[in-house]
Amino acid sequence: MQAAVVVFPGSNCDRDAAVALAEATGRPPYLAWHRDSALPAVDLIVIPGGFAYGDYLRAGAMAARSPVMREVVARAGRGTPILAICNGFQVATEAGLLPGVLMRNADLRFVCRDVHLKVESDKTPFTAHYRPGQVIRIPIAHAEGNYFADAATLAEIEARGQVAFRYCAADGAVTAAANPNGSQHNIAGLFNRARTVLGMMPHPERLADPLLGGSDGKAMFTSLIAALS
Amino acid sequence: MKARVHITLKSGVLDPQGKAIGHALSSLGFTGIGEVRQGKVIEIELAESDPATARASIEAMCTKLLANIVIENYTIAIDA
Repeated sequence: MQAAVVVFPGSNCDRDAAVALAEATGRPPYLAWHRDSALPAVDLIVIPGGFAYGDYLRAGAMAARSPVMREVVARAGRGTPILAICNGFQVATEAGLLPGVLMRNADLRFVCRDVHLKVESDKTPFTAHYRPGQVIRIPIAHAEGNYFADAATLAEIEARGQVAFRYCAADGAVTAAANPNGSQHNIAGLFNRARTVLGMMPHPERLADPLLGGSDGKAMFTSLIAALS
Repeated sequence: MKARVHITLKSGVLDPQGKAIGHALSSLGFTGIGEVRQGKVIEIELAESDPATARASIEAMCTKLLANIVIENYTIAIDA
C-alpha cells in the first residue's frame, strides 16, 4: 500500500504520520507539498495535524483552498480514502469533504491530554480492526475541536451512522463530563457518507507504538492496510 | 474603491470568546452587560470603480473563502 501525507506550511504532525505509515506499510509515504497540483497514484491520503498557514482567517481555511487540496478533493471524489487528523479534520471540513465545522473549544483552552473514545463501527476501512463499542485511548491536542453542525445536518449524520468516534469516560459512557471541547453529541471523529473520508481530532499516529505509551492508534493503520493492500 | 466585510457568528452558534469578553467587562465593573458576540472585519482595496461589480466580486470572495457559511453571516459595505 502506498500512502501520501500532505504537508502545509505549519503542519507539525506530518512526520509522526509518516513514521506510523512507514512502520505499518513497510515503505515511506509520499510527502505532497501544499503547492503540488498533482499527486502520484496512492491508496490513501493523510491530512496531518498542525497549524496550516498559521490558522489564519479560520483553522484550516487557507489550507483548504491550496493547490494540493484541489487534487485531494478530486481523489476523494473518486473514492481514494482520506484520513484527516486534527488540523487535517479542520481542513477537510473547510474543503467540504466533511459536513460541519470545528469551532473554538467551549472553555477557550488548548487541550492536550489522552482521552477515551468509543468506537462506533467496525464496518469501515479505518476501523475494521476495532470492535464496535470498544473504548480506546488516544491523545488530543487542539484549541479548535468543538464540532458544530446545524440541527438538520446533525440529524442526518446520526441517521446515516457517520459518527466514527465519540468522547467517552473510561467505562465507555458518553457523558458531558467526558467531552473535552463542547463537541455536539461528543463527536470526536466523523465519516463522509461513503465512509471513505475520516476526520478526527484525536491523534492515532501519536499512540501507534508501545514506546510512546500506548498503541491504541495502531489498529487504524493495520485496518487501512488490510483494506487497501 | 474599498470594501469592508463584516463577519459575525450566526445567531444560535455558541460564541465562547464573546462570552469571555462579557465576563471580563463585568469583572471590570461595567454593569448591565447583556450578550456579547465577537466578529471580524476585513477591509479590501479593489481596483474597480463600479460599486455593483465590486459588490458582486466581494460577495464571491465571502462565499469562497472569507466566511464559513455553516456558522457565519457576513455583510458588505462599499466605500466609493
